[in-house]
Amino acid sequence: MPPERRAPRWASGVAIWVPAAIALALLVLPLVALIVRAPWGDITAVLGQTNVVQSLGLSIATAATSTAISLVLGVPLALALGRTRSWPVIPRRLLRALVTVPLVLPPVVGGVALLLLLGRRGLIGSLLDSAFGITIPFTTTAVVIAQVFVSMPFLVLAVEGALGASDRRVEIAAATLGARPLTILRRVTLPLIWPGLSAGALLCFTRALGEFGATVTFAGSFPGVTQTLPLATYLQMQTDPDAAIALALVLMAVSLVVLVSLRDRWIPGLSS
Amino acid sequence: MSGCRAARAASAALIAGIAALALAACSSPGPTSSSAPSSTADELSGTVTVFAAASLTEVFGEAEKIFEKQHPGVDVVISYGGSSALAEQILSGAPADVFAAASPATMTTVVDGGGAEGEPTVFATNTLEIAVPRGNPAGIEGLADLADPQRTIALCAPEVPCGAAAATVFQSAGLTAAPDTLEQDVKGVLTKVRLGEADAGLVYRTDVLSAGGDVTGMPFDEAADAVNDYPIALLADAPSPEAGQAFVDWVLSDAGQKLLKKAGFGAP
Repeated sequence: MPPERRAPRWASGVAIWVPAAIALALLVLPLVALIVRAPWGDITAVLGQTNVVQSLGLSIATAATSTAISLVLGVPLALALGRTRSWPVIPRRLLRALVTVPLVLPPVVGGVALLLLLGRRGLIGSLLDSAFGITIPFTTTAVVIAQVFVSMPFLVLAVEGALGASDRRVEIAAATLGARPLTILRRVTLPLIWPGLSAGALLCFTRALGEFGATVTFAGSFPGVTQTLPLATYLQMQTDPDAAIALALVLMAVSLVVLVSLRDRWIPGLSS
Repeated sequence: MSGCRAARAASAALIAGIAALALAACSSPGPTSSSAPSSTADELSGTVTVFAAASLTEVFGEAEKIFEKQHPGVDVVISYGGSSALAEQILSGAPADVFAAASPATMTTVVDGGGAEGEPTVFATNTLEIAVPRGNPAGIEGLADLADPQRTIALCAPEVPCGAAAATVFQSAGLTAAPDTLEQDVKGVLTKVRLGEADAGLVYRTDVLSAGGDVTGMPFDEAADAVNDYPIALLADAPSPEAGQAFVDWVLSDAGQKLLKKAGFGAP
């Protein structure tokens, strides 16, 4: 190719760096505004309030529980999805679409759907109530269920993507060498998809930590029981925007600490 | 050094990009101000942007239709939301003509921030009622049942106006409320009652009416101690002040008041 027809070297730099800078600004500048507007003077007073400590504790505990549940249930779901490759196209795509529905559903609608299923008059909830006297809404269990509903798809898709990208011949080789299916899963498959799995788990945790709409609809909002940090933050916004900003900063700090620390430990390949 | 220069160039491009975005955002309400309303009331034209409390959704929707029929040149655009969020948006420079708030306190923040033109006028009131699901399955009889921990009760959080009103009525009744959830807004309480998840909740009379037959409302005496005033005001930076004022006048007129009464609001 003659040199004059080739774009100058700086052009490719501009083509990447300008949109990249705009993208970064779009993601980061709102947070910068939050930090600038934060009431640094009385931030310790705001953060020392018992309801803040309470809702932060509740948020971390429920998000960790939801992530654990998502791992236990979501990884097998991803493995099962991986085995549907031999299926006809339509049921296979339908199954994958069903897994992604919670991602596109507005969380408040997800919360209503959970109420209609597990609420006191819901499809399953009414049976639970009449047979065992169990009601789920307005409990911490409801918070965890709402978080699993909205965050597990992130884990499933990440693991399924990692499975699709991994070299299945290694598994076949292990099988021909006489490894049992569970051994292959533990010694070959899981190590292969480990980066996707841990990235998915992190996404799942942070999504659960920030969950608002499904939680407030399905679980309600009561301090110490169902009022997680995002709910407390939104409520503070009504009366005391400064305190709400301080709470938002706490949520951001927790997410950042989790993302930075765990990422480096679990996924050396992805950390710089 | 060159990396530093590159970064500076990138940030300059970035600022230019943001400025372009900001200009685009600013120019969008342009048609509003350019098609300025003419001086005579009969020939009003332009767009009236109304920021209204969420509880006015149904009734202002009606008002919009009637007002637009009376003034064919005017397009009424209504943005509904929580009063405090709307007040925050107005003070941040949102291009609105009229603000109708669900509480005097949020209107005061706009007036104090210099956002209102003249004094706000109270155009409606709203009273709390006990809402129970259709058929009242839990047999709720009065406010005392909402202080019973055995029942599932939904109230607004004390931070929002309906929650403050609820606290007042429980105080006048000498009761301690036993809520299972403190919702972020009154529609949250209504949803929980409507779906039968809560045995009872405190909502406004207008919310009971808006839910149709799904919930039953029970008036109670102490509600008189927490009647909520709804103020309306023309805004200081209104792009269409004349058409905006005409809308305010219509809401305060007999026709407007009749519509509000039908929706369950009380007279100011």
